[in-house]
Amino acid sequence: MSMQLEQSPTTGDEVITNYTINFGPQHPAAHGVLRMVMELDGEIIERIDPHVGLLHRGTEKLIEHKTYLQALPYFDRLDYCSPLGMEHSYVLAIEKLLNLEVPLRAQYLRVLFAELTRICNHMMNMGSHIMDIGAMTPNLWLFEVREDCLNFFERASGARMHSAWFRPGGVHQDVPLKLLTDIADWLDTRLPELFEDALSLVIDNRIFKQRNVDIAVVSKEDALAWGFSGPMIRATGIPWDIRKSQPYDVYDRMDFEVPVGTASDCYDRFMVRAEEVRQSAKIMKQCLAQMPEGPIMTTDRKVGPPKRGEMKQSMESLIHHFKLYTEGFHVPAGEVYVATESPKGEFGVYLVSDGSNKPYRCKIRPTAFSHLQAMDFMSKGHMLPDATAILGAMDIVFGECDR
Amino acid sequence: MTVLHSAPKIASNEGVVETLSAALGSMLVAAREEHGEVVLTVVRDQAENALRLLRDHHEYQQLMEMAGVDYPSRPERFEVVYMLLSITKNHRLLVKVNAAENTPVPTVTTLWHNAGWLEREVFDMYGVIFAGNRDLRRILTDYGFEGHPFRKDFPLTGHIELRYSEEDKRVVYEPVQLAQDLRQFDFMSPWEGAEYVLPGDEKAEGEKA
Repeated sequence: MSMQLEQSPTTGDEVITNYTINFGPQHPAAHGVLRMVMELDGEIIERIDPHVGLLHRGTEKLIEHKTYLQALPYFDRLDYCSPLGMEHSYVLAIEKLLNLEVPLRAQYLRVLFAELTRICNHMMNMGSHIMDIGAMTPNLWLFEVREDCLNFFERASGARMHSAWFRPGGVHQDVPLKLLTDIADWLDTRLPELFEDALSLVIDNRIFKQRNVDIAVVSKEDALAWGFSGPMIRATGIPWDIRKSQPYDVYDRMDFEVPVGTASDCYDRFMVRAEEVRQSAKIMKQCLAQMPEGPIMTTDRKVGPPKRGEMKQSMESLIHHFKLYTEGFHVPAGEVYVATESPKGEFGVYLVSDGSNKPYRCKIRPTAFSHLQAMDFMSKGHMLPDATAILGAMDIVFGECDR
Repeated sequence: MTVLHSAPKIASNEGVVETLSAALGSMLVAAREEHGEVVLTVVRDQAENALRLLRDHHEYQQLMEMAGVDYPSRPERFEVVYMLLSITKNHRLLVKVNAAENTPVPTVTTLWHNAGWLEREVFDMYGVIFAGNRDLRRILTDYGFEGHPFRKDFPLTGHIELRYSEEDKRVVYEPVQLAQDLRQFDFMSPWEGAEYVLPGDEKAEGEKA
């Protein structure tokens, strides 16, 4: 579809062919440092070549030079919108190699906070998706929910974002009862009110629908071949959720639904996430109702550190503490691939141990990598402004994509 | 071994190694089950055929991830690991091939579209070449980067650093200069840990010789 512009006084007899533009690396709708080289025909996207890696920090290499415990905080910094979801895969991978039993209360706490992370992440993603389309207000309203979540993280771990709270063998510290009751109150009152209010602005909004419905439709076969996971694969209608089919921690005790889409477009992806927030709230309520009292860290002193009070009394505890925080624990040689359902999809950790106190190799499977790769085929034939909608519905964070 | 951990529970591994070993036949080098993971090593040249067989006849529909691993002491120093997922059988599988710097691995972009970037990443980080991948550019490292950073012999500090130069009004690339050596602490117990070279020790060695 090349255009003849002979009448134009400025272009002379030039024939306008496809032209190429840079989207990013500093574009507010790129959700981070993404550079996309776009080949356009007028306003129609012909080809997209995403250039990633601008935020590559060599996390996997750094982890090879740290003990297992020292490597944990790197995971918070991968997907900084859902830090605890990242830690979850890593601690489970270590526990799988060690074949370590985690106390029940710690498992409940992990599931509780993993779901809180999911809500927190979806607030961020849905808000920015709406804003990429052009609406400002819902984002501000959803950020209020996110702010509440971050306050809960702070009360549990001391840090708003980079919690480093899940540890091999359990969680770092127990939570006060008041925090649990506050979360329960929040789930009953503030969350539904704020969330449903914000959504009511967009879900039936004409402009929002025009920008999302029938944009970037992906078939089930394509979703499988492109390695989709999480809300992206569920929007195509495949009811695949690792929490349901490969339950970890206490997800097998939870009663929740897996929402799926019907049309597999950007609107479905958005709505799948919206329903996931409600399901997460349901899981959290069950956690709060069922959570038993008890220890929150394994009593295996070769992995879990002793309590401070114990250390004042017992020489052995003191030695254990010293060894754990200098040498660290040793993990039996072997390799595992552990993937959990992070808010964005399958987040996996391939951990190779040589039996020492440091990982020999720690390959991180980011969710964004395979989704972003599909950007080219998903946007082909769409208009330039649709690219932001497609990108928004993918839920991409570059800390995780580039590692 | 009883399972104590709470990591994701996949469908049972029972009989999987036997079934897949029989199906792969001569393409298989080794098969084992360890830590609850089924690991199959296949002949490098047959990697594509083996994965095609697993995808089409054994329902491993998705390639979730590819990882490179470097073992410098081996003759073929790299391992390329494919993580397969079957959403119908609810099962996971690790498939491995061994490779050296000059032995290309057949591409699997013909089987899964997302293999393209995954292969690019392994190439970028380790220098493993994938024959048939038509877009084997670097992906995560800087434009114009040299070397393969995740190899075990690549230093953690790298070779090149960049900074904004006030004189030139642009970002300049320079060789890395460390004000102090990178310190690697080894907290292993003295009889298991690294062997340290203490300055002066060589004199004692010299006297003995």
